[in-house]
Amino acid sequence: MWKYILKRFFLMIPTLVGVAIIAFLLLRIVPGDIVSARLMGAGGAFVTAQMIAEEQAKFGLDQPLWRQFATWLWGLARLDFGRSMWTGAPIMEEIKLRFALSLQVAVMATVVATLLAIPMGVIAALKQDTWVDYTVRIFSIAGLATPSFWLGIVIILSLLIIFKWLPPMVYTPFWVDPWENLAQLIWPALAVGYRYSAVATRMTRSAMLEVLREDYIRTARAKGLWMKLILVRHALKNAMLPVVTVIGIEFAFLLGGLVVTEQVFNLNGLGMLFVESVARRDYTLTQALVMLTASAFIVVNFLMDVTYAWLDPRIRYR
Amino acid sequence: MAISRPIENVDLAVPSRRRRWAAAVWDFTRRRPLGAAGAAIVLVMLVVAVSATAIAPYDPLAVDFGAMLGAPSAEHWLGTDAFGRDVLSRLIYGSRTALIVGFGAAFFGATAGAILGVASAYFAGRIDLLLQRVMDIFISFPLIILALAMVAILGNNLPNLITAITIPMIPRAALVIRSSALSVREMPYVDAARAAGFRHSRIILRHMLPNVMAPYLIMLTAFLGQAILLEASLSFLGLGVQEPVAAWGLMLRGAAVQFAETAPWMAIFPGLAISLAVFAFNLFGDSLRDALDPKLRTQ
Repeated sequence: MWKYILKRFFLMIPTLVGVAIIAFLLLRIVPGDIVSARLMGAGGAFVTAQMIAEEQAKFGLDQPLWRQFATWLWGLARLDFGRSMWTGAPIMEEIKLRFALSLQVAVMATVVATLLAIPMGVIAALKQDTWVDYTVRIFSIAGLATPSFWLGIVIILSLLIIFKWLPPMVYTPFWVDPWENLAQLIWPALAVGYRYSAVATRMTRSAMLEVLREDYIRTARAKGLWMKLILVRHALKNAMLPVVTVIGIEFAFLLGGLVVTEQVFNLNGLGMLFVESVARRDYTLTQALVMLTASAFIVVNFLMDVTYAWLDPRIRYR
Repeated sequence: MAISRPIENVDLAVPSRRRRWAAAVWDFTRRRPLGAAGAAIVLVMLVVAVSATAIAPYDPLAVDFGAMLGAPSAEHWLGTDAFGRDVLSRLIYGSRTALIVGFGAAFFGATAGAILGVASAYFAGRIDLLLQRVMDIFISFPLIILALAMVAILGNNLPNLITAITIPMIPRAALVIRSSALSVREMPYVDAARAAGFRHSRIILRHMLPNVMAPYLIMLTAFLGQAILLEASLSFLGLGVQEPVAAWGLMLRGAAVQFAETAPWMAIFPGLAISLAVFAFNLFGDSLRDALDPKLRTQ
């Protein structure tokens, strides 16, 4: 077991380095850099070539590319992302402000998705090819098809028209006023959670279908066990593995991937920060965010693999 | 090869092949009504997009300040937007943008992924390992993050938008197709082709690719919906198609949100169009997957 975990752990390193290379190069291929963008913004007429060069030197942009990369990588290893090229503030600070919000929405969306997906998937599998199954399938395919940002607009609109009430648009931390906080964040969590439940519902359904055909389920039924008990103790427990994986991976993507939904709900989270940083060519901030989202995915994936191996010893010997 | 060609051209072969097609379509419709319904919606969309100039009641770009924010009426069935442009006409023209980006990105993404996946499986060993690692790296980025960065790099005209959406799809297709190609590689005809001394490119393109058609088609249909959604998201952020071109995501941007309370039709209909289109593609793709290969699971 430990050997497997170690091996799997070290496999993460090349991937992380690769991600770092891409995150680093991604914006540097773009013509135009932040220094000219920012200085030109402030009435570019008086900007001399010397001023631009000075500013570039401040951010190390005059150094050869590999040197910049090495500096950045060394910083990453010490968990120092550097400073934002736009605001000049340390990136850690910028991210910390938004991380709590993004994390909370991601967790709430996961709860919504799980509460929707597992019962629906189980029922659809039990009633395979009946109208119940079809309804669940249509509901979940519709979830995949509906853009969550549009669902967000529709939610806000219906609240406004039906209840004449608008959710608060300014973020209040949970520990300051939990009620106000939930009143704002439950809606994006619903909009995103519905979409995200679709994937999990489909996974639950197909995993359940597979498990229900196993011999041990037939044996349990033949023994005359109570159906509910069979479902919970035998079927669900075995079908949960792929479902948990899907939920985990989606969760990792949610942390930084709520780019569009945050826009609709005016949430100042990591996604919005990402859009801003790309628009401003803020290399350091963009690469930090890209690195963060990708690492979240890689780490969750690792944890999933380890959990799998822990639960199912056959995997370790592959 | 040279001998079989004249036989294919005999007239008799044509009707039987056509009948076989019709039978297959009929069989699919009967067994998977949901999938057939999806295919029907897709067909209607294609017809609408192709004949947009004939169907659309108004010019999608015609600004009419006399009819700003008009509610749905006999003249403007789905109302007008903040510039007095006809929403229905913009929706009809918007289907062109959606389908061009959808088909373009899905086709290039799935095809490039298939070639990479098959090549990876065929060469095996170090090349396979290296390609796999590179794919792993690209898969670690959420679709939208990679697409957004690509748009920032490339700029946002239509071909660039398609490229930006294609790139995050390639590794996802490559992974799925590689796993089916692994079993194709063990087939005797691949050995035979190698023994005959064919070049690698020929074996990959002529012998292996046609045999991973099922997962290829499945990925293609799955990507269609995703590409349309991504295009809508990017356009909504203002990073995709630019005004005044008609695109569904773009129609939801700005004024649609600003005037959502007084003119909800501006926000409702484009979203419905996106959902319906993606829904239809997913419905069809799902049933196609079940029909072609029930064991393959894509999301």
